[in-house]
Amino acid sequence: MTDTLTLAKTPLHGLHTKLGAKMVEFAGYDMPIQFEGVKAEHLWTREHCGLFDVSHMGPCFLTLAGGPRNDPQAHIEIAKLIETLVPGDIQGLKPGQARLTVLLNENGGILDDLIITRPYSADRQGLLYIVVNGAMKEQDWALMRAKLSPHAELERLDNKILVAVQGPEAEAVLKPYFPEVSTLDFMEMRRMFRDDSECLVSRCGYTGEDGFELLLDEVEGVSFVAELLSDERVKPIGLGARDSLRLEAGLCLYGHDLDSCKTPVEANLTWLIQKNRRERADFPGAERILSQIENGPVIKRVGIQPLDRAPAREGTEIFAGDRKIGEITSGGFGPTVEAPVAMGYVEREFSKTGTELTLMVRGKPRAAKVAKLPFVPHNYKR
Amino acid sequence: MTVKFTEDHEWVKVEGDTAIVGITKFAAEQLGDVVFVELPEVGASFDKGGDMAVVESVKAASDVYAPISGEILEANDALTDAPETVNSAPEGEGWFAKIKLSDSSELDSLMDEAAYKAFCDGQ
Repeated sequence: MTDTLTLAKTPLHGLHTKLGAKMVEFAGYDMPIQFEGVKAEHLWTREHCGLFDVSHMGPCFLTLAGGPRNDPQAHIEIAKLIETLVPGDIQGLKPGQARLTVLLNENGGILDDLIITRPYSADRQGLLYIVVNGAMKEQDWALMRAKLSPHAELERLDNKILVAVQGPEAEAVLKPYFPEVSTLDFMEMRRMFRDDSECLVSRCGYTGEDGFELLLDEVEGVSFVAELLSDERVKPIGLGARDSLRLEAGLCLYGHDLDSCKTPVEANLTWLIQKNRRERADFPGAERILSQIENGPVIKRVGIQPLDRAPAREGTEIFAGDRKIGEITSGGFGPTVEAPVAMGYVEREFSKTGTELTLMVRGKPRAAKVAKLPFVPHNYKR
Repeated sequence: MTVKFTEDHEWVKVEGDTAIVGITKFAAEQLGDVVFVELPEVGASFDKGGDMAVVESVKAASDVYAPISGEILEANDALTDAPETVNSAPEGEGWFAKIKLSDSSELDSLMDEAAYKAFCDGQ
């Protein structure tokens, strides 16, 4: 058993325990796995508004040495630096635009997935707002410092509060506090103020629903989150439902669906590599990745729909006939689709939607087929 | 008819040399929403503590151990289509299997209701 004394706590920890959360260790933090129950929390988020504490994640600022400037060229300079580590087009981000990308190793393997945002304000160019995964933040930040210092400086913001407010009622819930939220489209961020307190508000999330992520001050943010939770449309949601929501939405979880051996092409994330980056071929592992784009990867991530009620969990072996052709990397039960859902890697010739597969669940063969992702349509505001 | 309990949160309702077994209300609450139950096959035999069944919640799969040794006489097939019965009636309609006891002396090592309640309060 993990010693809870050694676990880090987010600024919202006291609020979770007061709300009766069941706590577990996650990414070195003592985090809520569930409040009233995974299924109820999952369905509430799809229908109303769920509030997730994601303060264990790794928000940071990466800034040009010398600081941000009132000069669009400063954005190009900082973007060129981070583009040595990621295959996404960061130079091409518009002010206030966010983009999902991946940190790559020299073999094109994925070291983490992350969101990079260009500030909207003209006077803050040369700064990037980056959010990496909690379990990977020490690795990621060490890599950024090693590769980009002294040209860029990293400021970790992981003592702050990061919350995701997700679901069809999220905009209406936040509007009284931040009228500007209505002007944001999916993957757009603005700096907003509540009284004198600065907040970064991004229209994004990891549930497949419309919603926002808010970076809040670690002191004043606690009472604000408590106020949001007093709204009858808002319920606190634990990591259990976060996992089932993102799985139904077909979104990858690092360390499960993505790891340092998998490339973006194998992970079916080729769309993360914009055309100009492919042409420039100047990201880590470009040779291998571009060859996989051209010739097709040997294995590929797909959605998998078990055809009976038995969930197939991570590690379940996938067969075509007698031959093992892959493994489940995330699997469970989808409360919205009311059926088991999974993702995994299969050899490419078995990756077509509708392909019949056999899953070996505890030694018993169970029928499944390759399914189109996502299992539940995305409900983003574009 | 006596009802006994195990430290793995299973109940055993004994009638003569057969017993009906299931998981307790405490276990069902801990698991959360049950979405799938893998039942033992009729005719299969288990030693006490053997992996008899699997119960899956949204979150995870958990083994259900045979609370006593014996042969499966009947499995509650209703759970295949309605696994949520384990949550709504864990100690009634949500039973798992009927077992023919191979060693009724094993029952002596199980807890009675009062002892089980004290055991749960201590968890």
